[in-house]
Amino acid sequence: MSIDHAAVQKIAWLARLKLAEHDVPEYARQLSGILDLVDQMNRVDTTGIEALAHPLELVLRIREDVVTETDRREAFQAGAPEVAAGLYLVPKVIG
Amino acid sequence: MHDLTLAELSAALYRGETTSEELTRHFLARIERLDSGLNSFVTVTAERALDQARAADAARRRGEAGPLSGIPLAHKDIFCTEGVKTSCGSKMLDSFISPYDATVVERLRAAGMVMLGKTNMDEFAMGSSSETSFYGPVRNPWDRERVPGGSSGGSACAVAARLAPAATGTDTGGSIRQPAALCGVTGIKPTYGRVSRYGMVAFASSLDQGGPITQTAEDAALMLNAMSGFDARDSTSAQRPDEDYTVGLDAALTGLRIGLPKEFFDAGLDPGVARVIEAAIKELEALGARVIEVELPNTHLSIPVYYVVAPAECSSNLARFDGVRYGYRCAAPADLHDLYCRTRGEGFGAEVKRRIMIGTYALSAGYYDAYYLKAQQIRRLIRDDYRRAFERVDVIMGPTSPSVAFKLGEKTGDPITMYLSDIYTISVNLAGLPGISIPAGFAEGLPVGLQLIGEHFGEARLLNIAHRYQQVTDWHRRTPPGID
Repeated sequence: MSIDHAAVQKIAWLARLKLAEHDVPEYARQLSGILDLVDQMNRVDTTGIEALAHPLELVLRIREDVVTETDRREAFQAGAPEVAAGLYLVPKVIG
Repeated sequence: MHDLTLAELSAALYRGETTSEELTRHFLARIERLDSGLNSFVTVTAERALDQARAADAARRRGEAGPLSGIPLAHKDIFCTEGVKTSCGSKMLDSFISPYDATVVERLRAAGMVMLGKTNMDEFAMGSSSETSFYGPVRNPWDRERVPGGSSGGSACAVAARLAPAATGTDTGGSIRQPAALCGVTGIKPTYGRVSRYGMVAFASSLDQGGPITQTAEDAALMLNAMSGFDARDSTSAQRPDEDYTVGLDAALTGLRIGLPKEFFDAGLDPGVARVIEAAIKELEALGARVIEVELPNTHLSIPVYYVVAPAECSSNLARFDGVRYGYRCAAPADLHDLYCRTRGEGFGAEVKRRIMIGTYALSAGYYDAYYLKAQQIRRLIRDDYRRAFERVDVIMGPTSPSVAFKLGEKTGDPITMYLSDIYTISVNLAGLPGISIPAGFAEGLPVGLQLIGEHFGEARLLNIAHRYQQVTDWHRRTPPGID
């Protein structure tokens, strides 16, 4: 599978990654190489084989619907880039 | 003092021959003196360590000391530590001071261990050489021009250079075992679910597992006793009773069936490494084990499968780094999209970006069945290979890594060459099995690791075999030149 310049830009946008324009050809080459490696999977017929999503095939636990966490908003927001009045600030979204 | 194992340090503390404060000062002084040439630490927490050491000494005077009380250790910088920078080797988290402790950190502190600092690593644990760190590469103490392996390279290096008697690591595709092998120390990846992932920065959630890096298997058992066990805060924590991994360490190996997969001894294996592994197996045969050839026919597919599953999970997990709630934020964003894209473009290094993009691609509309579903189907085949093998043998063995430590920069230009170096470790994560790497000798003057793979929750047996081997060999006692 070959990934071209436009495909790299599309994937980068989906992943919300800004790439420097001059790095795109190298990413295209490397991602194509990785997908070639991955394409070895196609040599295996997996018809009828059930996917293994998780090594232990666990059933997720459920617990009582009770409060287990305390409010630590100040501690959690202490490391945020921009906070005011207990809210996270981002650039204006609505004009 | 720094050559002593955890078990020996524990005895010395018990007998009053040293104190935790003395030990802690000793290791802090070694880090100060030796680490500038190794770069194994991102953060050294000297004051906190001395406070913890004095508290451990006071607890001992009150008669409240356990086997690990007062012994220093280092944490891989992937474990959240309250009030201390937790960088994960990334610019993205360079300013991140964790507001809470990981379960592993909490449990080892409750056991009385003293944190010396946080160790360097590949960015977000994505790498096999510890060269992708924002803080620069870690060097191998056996040869400073070579890599220590990765991603837990700082932890393995620190233990090998005797800058810490033990360290924590995490292993998603070999990140405890491979650096342990390349640095000549012992490292165990427990069964998936045995050690809590709570507070361990997530990379690939169905593969990530924390574990100890130590000088000996006995020490790994002591650490695992304190680290492992059910944790309600980890949704995939295994609900099993606690185990004392030290109890069966001395059991005889008579009749032990060792499976040797021929796929682990193929053309890709360095002949010098092969000779060391063959000699180690002979040593175990002399202890009463017998060898049976087994087949793991899908081994060659483990790398293609891993490079779908791990990036897919990583692209989801790393979506949280958005420049809003914590970590890096780009300067002067024009709008919200610009904030996301530049924060992530500037905050992540090249390898992390590659993996996020591969994962994003594999999960994108129209490609899911061809990549993610297909990979999970083959993942089952890989696990079933192990199941079949374990019907005939008690343990599977082989090399941890196909070569000794490679040169710095040798593989950074070509990600695929780097990925292939994990061929013997990755399938163990895909199957969720426990694996340990122990020092087994030297090739070209550099350490070689023997890997032992067990059945699910078979850590005790692996530690027993490793311990018996270490009682008749001294490879784990060798220290790098110039480390004194």
